[in-house]
Amino acid sequence: MNTLLTLVLILVAVAAGGWVLRFAGQKITNNAPTFRDMPFAVAFGYVLGTCLLAFSIWYFFQPTQNEAGVPNAGVVFFRWAAQFFIISAIAAFLFRALGRTVGTRGSRKLFRQMPLTASFGVLVVIIYAFTAIFAAWLAPHGQEEVFAKVNVLPGGNAATGGDPLFPLGTDQIGRDLLSRLIYGAQNTVGIAFVTTCLAFFLGGTLGFLAATLQGWLDQVLSRAVDVLMAIPSLIFALLLMTIASAWAGSERWLLTIYMILIIAVIDSTRVFRLARAVGLNIVVMDYIEAAKLRGEGLGYLIFKEILPNATAPLLAEFGLRFCFVFLTIASLSFLGVGIQPPLADWGTMVRDSAQFINFAAFSPLTAALPLLAAGAIALLTVGVNFVVDWMLHRSSGLKE
Amino acid sequence: MQSVIRIILQRLALGFLTLFVVSIVIFTAVNMLPGDFAQAILGQGATPEAVESIRRDLGLDQPPITRYFQWLGGALQGDLGNSFAQANFASFVGADSGVRTTVAQQIAPRFANTMFLAAVTACIAVPVSLTLGILAALFRNSVFDRATNVTTLTSISSPEFFLAYVLILFLAVLNPVLPSLSNIFEGMSFGDRLEKTLLPALTLTLVVTAHMMRMTRAAIINLLASPYIEMARLKGMSPMRVIVKHALPNALAPIINVIALNLAYLITGVVVVEVVFVYPGIGQLFVDSVKIRDIPVVQACCLIFAAAYILLNLLADILSILSNPRLRHPK
Repeated sequence: MNTLLTLVLILVAVAAGGWVLRFAGQKITNNAPTFRDMPFAVAFGYVLGTCLLAFSIWYFFQPTQNEAGVPNAGVVFFRWAAQFFIISAIAAFLFRALGRTVGTRGSRKLFRQMPLTASFGVLVVIIYAFTAIFAAWLAPHGQEEVFAKVNVLPGGNAATGGDPLFPLGTDQIGRDLLSRLIYGAQNTVGIAFVTTCLAFFLGGTLGFLAATLQGWLDQVLSRAVDVLMAIPSLIFALLLMTIASAWAGSERWLLTIYMILIIAVIDSTRVFRLARAVGLNIVVMDYIEAAKLRGEGLGYLIFKEILPNATAPLLAEFGLRFCFVFLTIASLSFLGVGIQPPLADWGTMVRDSAQFINFAAFSPLTAALPLLAAGAIALLTVGVNFVVDWMLHRSSGLKE
Repeated sequence: MQSVIRIILQRLALGFLTLFVVSIVIFTAVNMLPGDFAQAILGQGATPEAVESIRRDLGLDQPPITRYFQWLGGALQGDLGNSFAQANFASFVGADSGVRTTVAQQIAPRFANTMFLAAVTACIAVPVSLTLGILAALFRNSVFDRATNVTTLTSISSPEFFLAYVLILFLAVLNPVLPSLSNIFEGMSFGDRLEKTLLPALTLTLVVTAHMMRMTRAAIINLLASPYIEMARLKGMSPMRVIVKHALPNALAPIINVIALNLAYLITGVVVVEVVFVYPGIGQLFVDSVKIRDIPVVQACCLIFAAAYILLNLLADILSILSNPRLRHPK
């Protein structure tokens, strides 16, 4: 109750501050339009924003541990978050500046119009792609390598139960967590990428085929897709994974293959819808008519005439679809039915280390482990979404 | 008016047809399981007689089509069969007490819990996202608009468990204001229940708010170029009044639609959140049954999720027809 009262009091104080700000502004600037026409909500917003910013800066410089050496976990986490935010903003800014000076004329122009969020997204995607491809070189140890030292705490400080050999510590059977985190990029992102490509190949081809041929094929495919889309995708994936796990038996790697196929089929229904809709708009064009009269085959029509004209919407959809697939796979792994154990994977890592979060008050680094793996998933989807959002904004031409 | 009723009836019929086909899909999928449950549960020491007995006990010796209609008929009357995991295989040794936990008994309280969670989330998420959407449209392209945009985009694209653990970290571990485990049981007072439900509800709010807020903003901004908005502005109305009185009523159709879609998401997308918070809802039961391959429960949960999803989508469809005169009177 006390906290609630304090909150209300703070809000009242901020409201009073907003009124004072507007009133003082009007008096000092002799009713300049900025202050004269300022709604109260805007003044309130300014004061609230300033207060929050001031509080954040004050909180950032609080000591990270008290005299007895007990860590002040709240400050530690806040510092990490703030540092991450500032560093990523600077990195995105520098990356955009680099893109504006280096490269072809087209790419320079692209970077000039780019908002900071989009350049951050591009940077994140590049870093993830690099990590995924060169994981074997970047990781200090192998992903399945088991060491004698189990449950080493993160931090690399021998005094607090760490080990400089394992900066993020080891898990309960002695595998290096940093290496597993890096290999996770390869496995989780790689599998999601393969699945999305498969979904696009399947859904795109069938969608364009339905749009070009129409008739009964279109009807059959569309109704089938309607039915599949009526079942929520995560539920359907879980149902099919039950069956797949029975089919796979003790062959764990087979289950991963089945998962790729299942998610690809489920997600291809969404791609089918889009490809068919886009395709239907294209097949009525004159150049398709001309190609048909020339006597071109179906393959030529789909891949040489329709596909190049449908690239823009499909590309944006690819980004979004990748996010959905990636999140679905991560969720399945988190629930324990996704990517199977010997492979390092982020969803499984979150599930395995989730209970560490309760130690946050004593050892912030340990508690950060599940958040690190979950944050790795979140960062990539956020980055891709930033890029897609900008692409959609650009193509829709929404300016207001 | 006649045509409206006809369209709605058509949609309803289509919805039930879809549900019927979906039930066939679910049943077929489950019946593609290799081997059978009797074999699996008895393990290596299964004698043919014992397997036969269990198969007869669970009705697995009937042909698939008979079993499908038995299942569907039962499901329509609220009888979803007996859970395999809960069944006592006492009958084939002649010691059946006749008392069994049915799937319906297992699901009913959990379904109520899930609906409660969805309701609490909706009560928080809908007003918050509408307010944020209207404010973002009002102060479009300002710092506030951009900050809200980036924040909601971040929260919608993060996995649910990331948001859940961040909330647990800050609201349950570092500042213990809310419990991180939602152990809900019967006979709890409403206040206690609400307190235990609040953290999962907040997580789900973060997930669904972004979509609704962005849709509200986009729907309102789409209308701002219309002549009647221009008129209202020239009349000297304040920007807030222009949006709330003139733009919002006309933007309601897409907003209602997106709210209904998000409610559909809430009922079906709770699986991960329920697992994180150990919330005793239907999603948790579903995941547990998936792990032990308890087929009747998996089937029943799937059917319920699909039904809720289809019905809410149908509702969204019908509401958007009702709120749009152009769709109400098709040419």
